[in-house]
Amino acid sequence: MDIKQITSPLQYDIIKELAVGDMVSISGRIVTGRDQIHKYLASGNPSPVDLAGLVIYHCGPVVIKEKGQWKITAAGPTTSVREEPYQAQIISKLRPGAIMGKGGMGEKTKKAMSECGCVYLHATGGAAQYLAECIVKVEGVYLEQFGQPESMWVLTIKDLPALVTMDAQGNSLHDDILNDSSKRLEELFSQPFKKSGK
Amino acid sequence: MYDLIRKTSTVLPEDVTLAIKKAIAREEKSSVAKQTLDIILKSIVLSSKNGLPICQDTGTVLVMIEGRPDKSIFHLEKSIKDAIRKLTKEGILRQNCVCSLTEKNTLDNTGMYVPQIHFEPSNGPTRISIMLKGGGSENMSTQYSLPNAKIQAGRDMEGVRRCLLDAVFQAQGKGCAPGILGVCIGGDRASGYLIAKKQLFRKLDDKNPLPVLAALEKTVLKQANELNVGPMGLGGKTTLLGVKIGHAGRHPACYFVTVSYSCWATRRYAVELNQKGEIRKWI
Repeated sequence: MDIKQITSPLQYDIIKELAVGDMVSISGRIVTGRDQIHKYLASGNPSPVDLAGLVIYHCGPVVIKEKGQWKITAAGPTTSVREEPYQAQIISKLRPGAIMGKGGMGEKTKKAMSECGCVYLHATGGAAQYLAECIVKVEGVYLEQFGQPESMWVLTIKDLPALVTMDAQGNSLHDDILNDSSKRLEELFSQPFKKSGK
Repeated sequence: MYDLIRKTSTVLPEDVTLAIKKAIAREEKSSVAKQTLDIILKSIVLSSKNGLPICQDTGTVLVMIEGRPDKSIFHLEKSIKDAIRKLTKEGILRQNCVCSLTEKNTLDNTGMYVPQIHFEPSNGPTRISIMLKGGGSENMSTQYSLPNAKIQAGRDMEGVRRCLLDAVFQAQGKGCAPGILGVCIGGDRASGYLIAKKQLFRKLDDKNPLPVLAALEKTVLKQANELNVGPMGLGGKTTLLGVKIGHAGRHPACYFVTVSYSCWATRRYAVELNQKGEIRKWI
């Protein structure tokens, strides 16, 4: 499988070429944001960082301070769908280039992604060490009042692997898997359990 | 206590690592499922080598203590809390406790009813089990009250099977599949969740001594893996790594099926202590 190299902030012509199923390797500047940040931004508060074209990473990292420097010791994605009530608004107002997390997102986000030119990047949940090694620098931290996992961390990353699972054309791998597994579930329901096992 | 919790956060249990290796062998070459599992395995190796958290969500600390009810229990409780505070400072545990009233992070992983420490009186040597369970998988845990019209689940093993497959389907990739199901048939609304969670302490390769539950575990594991949810919900043959089912007596009017969904990063260890309170044996 070919891997597409992309850089955050993302240009619009790159975003619109990305399609569901593309493996990407991301480098550049990204920001983290999870529950508190999303609620904060969707409530109309200004973003401390210009988010245009950037990757917003749904991630609550483990961070320690070593010799006065921030060090990320673990940084995998968190479940994105919790941000569904806020994400569409943030996409249309602040125009990030991509949302990265795990588990995919819902209809409202999908619509905003088509309208504004944004994609969803699926990172591997739980692979916190592999992904932390892709973070080459902590540029800064904002909104620290939300606690360490919930602050907005500005990071420089190199070659972070992800899969495009929602694109700017309105496609979603998550919808496809849900529909397919739903059919399979119906089939399995028609095979009643026998105590002897199968 | 420090060593036990530290290892739980940084070294994935052998049986879980082995299950992931087997899953890699099962998936198609160059599939998304295989690539995802490859990244997972690389990350497991890194965390163990560097002594750093397997997952950034170092979970909620669940402690089960079995032992003689005497004063040493209070000492254990203190040493557990001290270890948790120290490991949080060291970045081995994330600041994972938020006060539900003030919305403020307590910064040291302790708080009202946190950590959860359960004590079971027992006559044998003191045994301590630790589980670090992440929030994503906890959100996918669920409880069914049977009969359930929506999935046509009645009060029998077939009904239980339907609940379990439905729970896996509902979770999709959101609980960090491939997951492990801890299940309790029966009990009440509260005990069901605890007994289900306790099932997750069982080794993946053990066999349920009750034939009907052993058969149900085998069937649900096989069928859940036919759902094609796959690692991280991106499609593939591995949706679950294990199913562990326990049971409890129930009120005649109630029939609960409780599912504790655990992510692939199922982190749990148990130890036996000697009389000085030092680790005598890893179980």
